[in-house]
Formats: sequence, structure tokens, C-alpha cells
Amino acid sequence: MNKEIIRIKDLKRQFTMGNEIVQALKGVSFTIEEGEFVTIMGSSGSGKSTLLNILGCLDQPTSGTYEIDGLKVKDLAKNELATIRNEKIGFIFQSYNLLARTSAIENVELPLLYNSKVSTEERRERAVRALEMVGLADRLQHTPSQLSGGQQQRVAIARSLVNNPVMILADEATGNLDTRTSYEIMSLFQELNEQGITITFVTHEPDIATFSSRTIVLQDGNIIKDYPNTKVQSAATELAQLPIENH
Amino acid sequence: MRLLNLFKIAFKAIVLNKMRTLLTMLGIIIGVASVIAMLAIGEGSKESIRSTISSMGSNMITVIPGSDVRGGVRQDRSAMETLTLSDFKVIEQQASLLSYITPLVNGGGQVINGSNNWPSTIYGVNPDYLNIKVLDLQSGSMFTDAEVQSASKVALLGQTVVDNIFPNGEDPVGKMIRFNSIPFKVIGVLEEKGENTFGQDQDDVVIAPYTTVQKRILAIDHINQIMASAISEEDAPDAVNEVSAILRSQHKIADEQEDDFYVRSMEELISTFSSTSEMLTILLVAVAGISLLIGGIGIMNIMYVSVKERTKEIGLRMAVGGKGSDILMQFLIEAILISITGGLLGVILGLGSTVFIEKFLHWPTSVALYSIVISFAVCAITGIFFGWYPARKAAALDPITALRYE
Repeated sequence: MNKEIIRIKDLKRQFTMGNEIVQALKGVSFTIEEGEFVTIMGSSGSGKSTLLNILGCLDQPTSGTYEIDGLKVKDLAKNELATIRNEKIGFIFQSYNLLARTSAIENVELPLLYNSKVSTEERRERAVRALEMVGLADRLQHTPSQLSGGQQQRVAIARSLVNNPVMILADEATGNLDTRTSYEIMSLFQELNEQGITITFVTHEPDIATFSSRTIVLQDGNIIKDYPNTKVQSAATELAQLPIENH
Repeated sequence: MRLLNLFKIAFKAIVLNKMRTLLTMLGIIIGVASVIAMLAIGEGSKESIRSTISSMGSNMITVIPGSDVRGGVRQDRSAMETLTLSDFKVIEQQASLLSYITPLVNGGGQVINGSNNWPSTIYGVNPDYLNIKVLDLQSGSMFTDAEVQSASKVALLGQTVVDNIFPNGEDPVGKMIRFNSIPFKVIGVLEEKGENTFGQDQDDVVIAPYTTVQKRILAIDHINQIMASAISEEDAPDAVNEVSAILRSQHKIADEQEDDFYVRSMEELISTFSSTSEMLTILLVAVAGISLLIGGIGIMNIMYVSVKERTKEIGLRMAVGGKGSDILMQFLIEAILISITGGLLGVILGLGSTVFIEKFLHWPTSVALYSIVISFAVCAITGIFFGWYPARKAAALDPITALRYE
């Protein structure tokens, strides 16, 4: 049996909106093991974003337990959560969230700037390696405005890899990209997954889920489906089958 | 390590917004520069007043008769005849804090050499006068105590007088001149001194033994002034008190009565004039200080906009592990960097404009080190003070809302 990266038990999260109490998560339990590629699906309002925030240690559950890499997250102080985000999780966002007018390499270095254990030389070295992994070794000094959407997302992926996280957390990472580019990105995710990196991918696009090894479907704050994907599609193959576009 | 990284981040943000940073700095630059320049002008004028007065003899003490009431009528001071030679002698004998002392009688008249004449003032003094007034001789020599005793008709001339009655440039020493109708032998010429701060020509003088002036020219027994020199500048105030005490007992003034004389030291004169220019300096600095304050508010404004504008960036920084304290430090360092760089540029501009004022406007200036230190410190404090609040606001942002902020 593989090492458990994430263990969630009876996770509940409620918000108070005026006088009303909204139950965003109504008791969610699952575990994610090392090396899995999980997609979390659900329409808007399903509690997907709330779950993502909790998984990303940006938010705390109202009740239930959450362990990441053996660490209990509940009742941790803000600064301790920041350290977990810095050392255990790699974030990827729909809108890339790269720093404007800042070179790719400096964008990738960003998480390491907040880790005082990493020296300047090591930081640069690891950032270069991460950019090589996403195939942008020749774009180190480009700023986001000089890169295409797909390339920008690759920089963001490199940024999420640079701190050697136990899990990459992607929030609609292909949402802003056209089909071809999103397949390219998915193929990159699959490659990284094959190298043993655990990926949790939140999306509402069903075709994206076919590239993952497991799908969790949320509805109204509950898990309605949680199944392993027996027939994982290869994004690279799909990409090859796409009609050639004239750019 | 961590702080160094934050420093790099803040520096990067400043460099990325060059124009905005420069405009923000402008307020600080102008504020600091004007504080330095204003203080330099203020200090400069104060020093120039002090040095002019010093050149007149900074430890000089003068005794002049006070006004008196005769039959209920307050008399003009110049009409007073209350200061006498015996007063002078008593002070000379009893005062311990004086190094030089002379009686002084003076009167106006015409200096005549052949067909040339010139209106001037004759000062009757003793040989100590040169030391008290810090005067040097250009040629010839001072009269002696013996010449004072014998009321010799010898005189020394100031350069203005020489120029006017010896227009052909001949050496006046040894020549005979007349003051009104009294003939004098010129025995020396004073070194040129120029005008004093108050625009008075210090070279338009004739100096002669006081005995001669008293008897031959003014025909009086009293004296107009006593001039003395304190041992040192520090002793001047005590010397004033000492002379007052001696004169009070000499004039038999009862405890409850006012003095019938005035004793003044140059120190008082200096402080009178200094306080005027100090007042002006305070005003100028207040204006400059206000511009520094406005500069600080400019920083706060820009930092606020910057926090708002970079909300999403702050969210991202928090998501990848930036702590609230990191964000706070980043923005604080940014504000401090802006104000310190602005302060440095302000110091340079301030020193530059001081040089300009001195060179082209010919105003005396003197840059005081404290003005640089103070304005720079104020400017750093401004940065912290006005940077703190926006930085706090940034640090308190919730990472989720910050990330979703559009």
C-alpha cells in the first residue's frame, strides 16, 4: 500500500451568511495516496471550491479532520498554515497568477523566497530545473506578457513544482486555455504524475477527468461518486488526434 | 536571509514602478531639500551676524550713561553727564574680569588738510582702544600713555578719512592736519575694516587721546562712554555684573533705585540679532516641514493604491507560503526604501541648492550637520509611519478573498 498524502474524515464547513447558515461541505471523507492523479468534479455550488481551499490550507474546516503528509491541519495558526502551503503544496490557478513584468525564472523562484532554508544558489538551480521539467528551459528570462497562455501555465506549473511539494493542487488549471493547449497541459500533468507526483485537479470539465486515475464527484456538499478510472486516456494521444490548426 | 529576500522583493516592486516611485519620492525629495536649504540660509545669516559682531570685538563691554529724571522730566541720554573720569578710574582699579579699558569721548567735526576737508567723527580714547575694538595699524604707531597725560595733539586716521583728505596718495604719517580749528599731527593710519553689518563705515574715524578731545575740542569734564574688554567671551556676562556693581556703589545708588547707566556686552547684541534670524529660520523650516509631511501622505496614498492594485498578487504570495508578517515587511520595506531614497536625493538636492544660493545669490549659507541628520531621520520615520498602515492592511488580507479579487 502506498503512503497516504491526504486523509480527510467527516469534513464539514459551514458559513454564516447574515442569519442563515450555509453548509458548504456536509461530511466529506476520502484519502489520497502518493502517486494518485485525482480529479475533483462538481458543478458550481457543489462545495468544490470550499474543499479546494481546505485542501490548500487556505481555509480551516468547521469540524472533521484533515491530515496532509501525516500533519494534522486543524487548529493550526495562520503562520503554520503558511509554512505548510510553502513546503507541502504546489498551487496552480485558472488565471495562472504570475507576477507581471517579472521573468519566468523569478516567478518560479517565488515560493522559495519564503523558505529561509533555501540558499540563493539553490533557489536559482531548482527554478531552472523546474522550468526544464515543463519544457521552458529556453524561456527563463521571458516575462508573462511575452509568453502564450499555455506557456504561462507551464511557468505556473514549474512554480508549483519548485518546492518539491507532496501534492500539486490545480484549480481549473485548463479553464482559460483552448482544447489543444489544455491537452498539452494535461499531457504534462500526466508526465509529472508518471514521475510519481501526486496531483489533485479540481475541474468541471468531464473530458479532463478522463486523463486522471481517479474521480471524486461532489454535489451539494456531499461526495456522490468516487471511482478509479480504469481506462485512463493519454492526453498525448488525444492531442495527436486533434485536427491540425493553422495558427 | 528571510529579510534579505523580502528586501529583494520590495526592491523589485519599486523598480517595476519607476515613474510612480519617482513621483512619490518627489514630495520627500522637495521636503528634505527645502529643510536643509532653509536651515542653511538661517544658519548662514546667523553666523554672518555673529562674525561681524565678533570682528567689532566680541568680548567688548560698553558703559553709557542712563537716562535720568530731572524735575520730573526724563532726560535724553546724550545730554547726560553722569559718567566721569573717576568712574573710569574706579572700574580700572577694581574690576578683575577686564583686560582693557578706556574712556571714550566723541564729537563730530571737519577734518582738514590744506584745501581738502571731510566731515568725520573724532574719538578720544586711551591706547587700550585698539585692543578693545580689535583694530590694527596700517602704518605709524599708537599714541602712548604719556601723550594721553600731556594731552598731545596727535591723531590716527581711518582709511576713509585718509582717502578724502589725502587724495593724491601721499603718506599721511607725520603730516599736520586740523580737526575743526585744532591742529593735529598724524601719527598713524588704521587698517581698513569696511562696513559693519549695520552699514556703518568703520573707517570714517579720527582717533586721538581722550584728554586732548575733552579739553581742546569738546571742552567737557565728563565722558560719553567707557569701553572695556572682558578677559574672555565667557566672562563677558560676569564682567557686566561686576562693572554694574562697581558703578552702583560709585554712584551711591540705593538698592531700590534704577541704574543711571547702562552696561552692555556684545553678547547681548548678538543674541538680539540672532533671535530675529532664528524666528525667520523657524518659519522657513515650518514651511519645509509641512512639505515633508505632505510627502509622507503621498507615500501613504501610493502604498494604499499599491496594496489595492496588488491584492491578487498578495493572495498569491500568501498561497505559496508568504506569512502575514512577510507581506507586512514587504510593504513596509517598500515604503521605507522610497522614503530613504527620496531622503538621500533630497539631501543631495538640498546641498546642491545651498551651493547655488551661495554662489549665485550671494547669500551666506552654512549647512549644519544636524539639519541633514534631522531631515533624514524625519524622512525615515515618515516612511515607517505612513507605510505601516497600508502594510498592515495588506498583511491582514484573507488569502482566499485576495486570490479571488479582480
